[in-house]
Amino acid sequence: MNTLVYDGSFEGLLTAVFEIYERKLYPVKLLKGEWRSCALFEEVIPIVTDEARAGRVLKGLRKKLSAAGVQRLYISHMAEIAGEDCNVLGFIRHVFDSDQNIEEDYGNRYVMRLSEILKMVRREKHRMEAFVRFQKLNDGTFYAAIEPDFNVLPLLIKHFKSRYTDQKWMIYDIKRNYGLYYDLHDTQFIEMNFDELSKPVNVIAAYSEDEGVYQDLWKNYFNSINIASRKNTRLHVRHIPRRYWRHLTEKI
Amino acid sequence: MNVGRITEKLNILADAAKYDVSCASSGSNRKNKDKGLGNASNGICHSYTEDGRCVSLLKILLTNHCIFDCAYCVSRKNNDIKRAAFTVQEVVDLTINFYRRNYIEGLFLSSGIFKNADYTMERLVHVAKKLRTEHNFNGYIHLKSIPGVSAELMQEAGLYADRLSVNLEMPTEAGLKLLAPDKNRQDMIDPMHFLSREIIRNTEEKKLFKNAPMFAPAGQSTQVIVGATPESDQQVLQSANYFYRNFNLKRVYYSGYVPVLADRRLPALNTAVPLVRENRLYQADWLMRFYGFHVNEIVNNQNPLLDLDIDPKLSWAIRNMQAFPVDINKADLQLILRVPGIGLLSAQKIVAARKFAGLGWEQLKKIGVAINRARYFITCKSNEFERRDLTGQNIKQFIMAQSQSKYIKNTQTQLNLF
Repeated sequence: MNTLVYDGSFEGLLTAVFEIYERKLYPVKLLKGEWRSCALFEEVIPIVTDEARAGRVLKGLRKKLSAAGVQRLYISHMAEIAGEDCNVLGFIRHVFDSDQNIEEDYGNRYVMRLSEILKMVRREKHRMEAFVRFQKLNDGTFYAAIEPDFNVLPLLIKHFKSRYTDQKWMIYDIKRNYGLYYDLHDTQFIEMNFDELSKPVNVIAAYSEDEGVYQDLWKNYFNSINIASRKNTRLHVRHIPRRYWRHLTEKI
Repeated sequence: MNVGRITEKLNILADAAKYDVSCASSGSNRKNKDKGLGNASNGICHSYTEDGRCVSLLKILLTNHCIFDCAYCVSRKNNDIKRAAFTVQEVVDLTINFYRRNYIEGLFLSSGIFKNADYTMERLVHVAKKLRTEHNFNGYIHLKSIPGVSAELMQEAGLYADRLSVNLEMPTEAGLKLLAPDKNRQDMIDPMHFLSREIIRNTEEKKLFKNAPMFAPAGQSTQVIVGATPESDQQVLQSANYFYRNFNLKRVYYSGYVPVLADRRLPALNTAVPLVRENRLYQADWLMRFYGFHVNEIVNNQNPLLDLDIDPKLSWAIRNMQAFPVDINKADLQLILRVPGIGLLSAQKIVAARKFAGLGWEQLKKIGVAINRARYFITCKSNEFERRDLTGQNIKQFIMAQSQSKYIKNTQTQLNLF
């Protein structure tokens, strides 16, 4: 068993694939991170990301998969789900080891796993499109904090950019500490230092005048449309798991 | 803005609108134009109430004043409740401000009938028009059409709304006569006819002229209340089927009657909401629309009621054991769709995956098939399959014995006498 350690980027992953075929390293275990941290226990091969090699592998993938298939592979990796690197790698190997396009070979465990990962990521993306709750700030910017299970912020650009074109907005992933900001023209990723901003006085002063009014109206509305005689808590929690509640205006 | 008054109105008029179960915000394709606000495409449920229903639209009545006296409706003329009415501008402001905060996909506006049908509808259309033309709002708008409304107003409504709906209320004309003596079924059917013709005409026009104006791009839907009158499931589903076929409906919603009023024509106030029946009706509806079942296969003169213990597909399967077992690795998609425990997506995955290699039990399980139900009806790449010659009744008992129904608390077990 060879253990490979790479930097976590998609190019790094593809470089690793190149090395595996070039040096006939199999079976392998693929890990993310600093190679020194695991060197104590076993012999590891550090992978140095190499754009040229990654490019060759990507070209090969494009030949064997549809454009949508490559996209799905990219998304599955970008979501940064812990412990899935070996499955993503298994999928890529299956792609190269087969003569035909294997995107729909759901009987294969790697293809099936990738489709499961993709389902999880898409569900999380969809949840974020639903559960983002903007709060209007003094300067007219609409701000929302999120804590998604997976790294889905980049997948949200298209939806929010095509919907809220006439207001400035920001969606901030406080778990991964980066956000998406739209300035009426374009979106960009940003990182913020919250220490100064998050003092209670500053937070309250930051909201626009009518923000509280609309939050209250929304909470009122949410309570009014419930039909008590149909109460079904299990179903309710299945649709909105508790971990999302702290960012939902109507559930705070 | 008088916050206290708006809050009170919102509470009254949201409360009165909540018995309309339609919540879809999908099926439209309205783009954000000229850097305006919003768009409407696939539909998103932004929240869920404690009863587990989705909240995707700001669903309110313009007013709950009403000249009609329908027995099943909280807003009926003779019911002693608080009345309120929004102004057009109030609805517009609420919609825009909720939408900007990503609370909703858009507006679902209905109304009690004041003065007459046209007068009421005019106000509803006015709200939609204002949102679209003055605020460049491109989010989803669902307008309820008032029974008996004129064709001109329907035409105008279709230009601004994504979806229009006329509620049939009762599955049959007799039920309607009994509970809503002021309403006339023909008044509901006429606007539906008009809409279905206009929608078809508009689709044709769109093919020729790309810039033809949109007309109700998300189509029309309707709602029937079940459990208020004694109609059988067969009558309910056959009437749904009739409307799907003849009026190009996108959806028929089934609303389990919630007893809100004491009336000798209605079930008593402490009657439970028929949640299981409602669920089975939706399952049957899906079978008709996505699984290729004909309504008569699901309910017919021998089986006028849906089985409450098991889902309608399983129910059909155990009545038609001659159709099984189905070979997962060979059968047509249409046949696989008929196997209990296999859904639409699983069936499509199976058909795609078997081109690469035959599928066994483990793989079927991974793909998402509910093996505990499907195992009695299929064979796959494995020597293990159900060899016993089981009757439909046996299978039903086996499946029920090992499954935990989510409705178990609602069923009453019979006392054991011995």
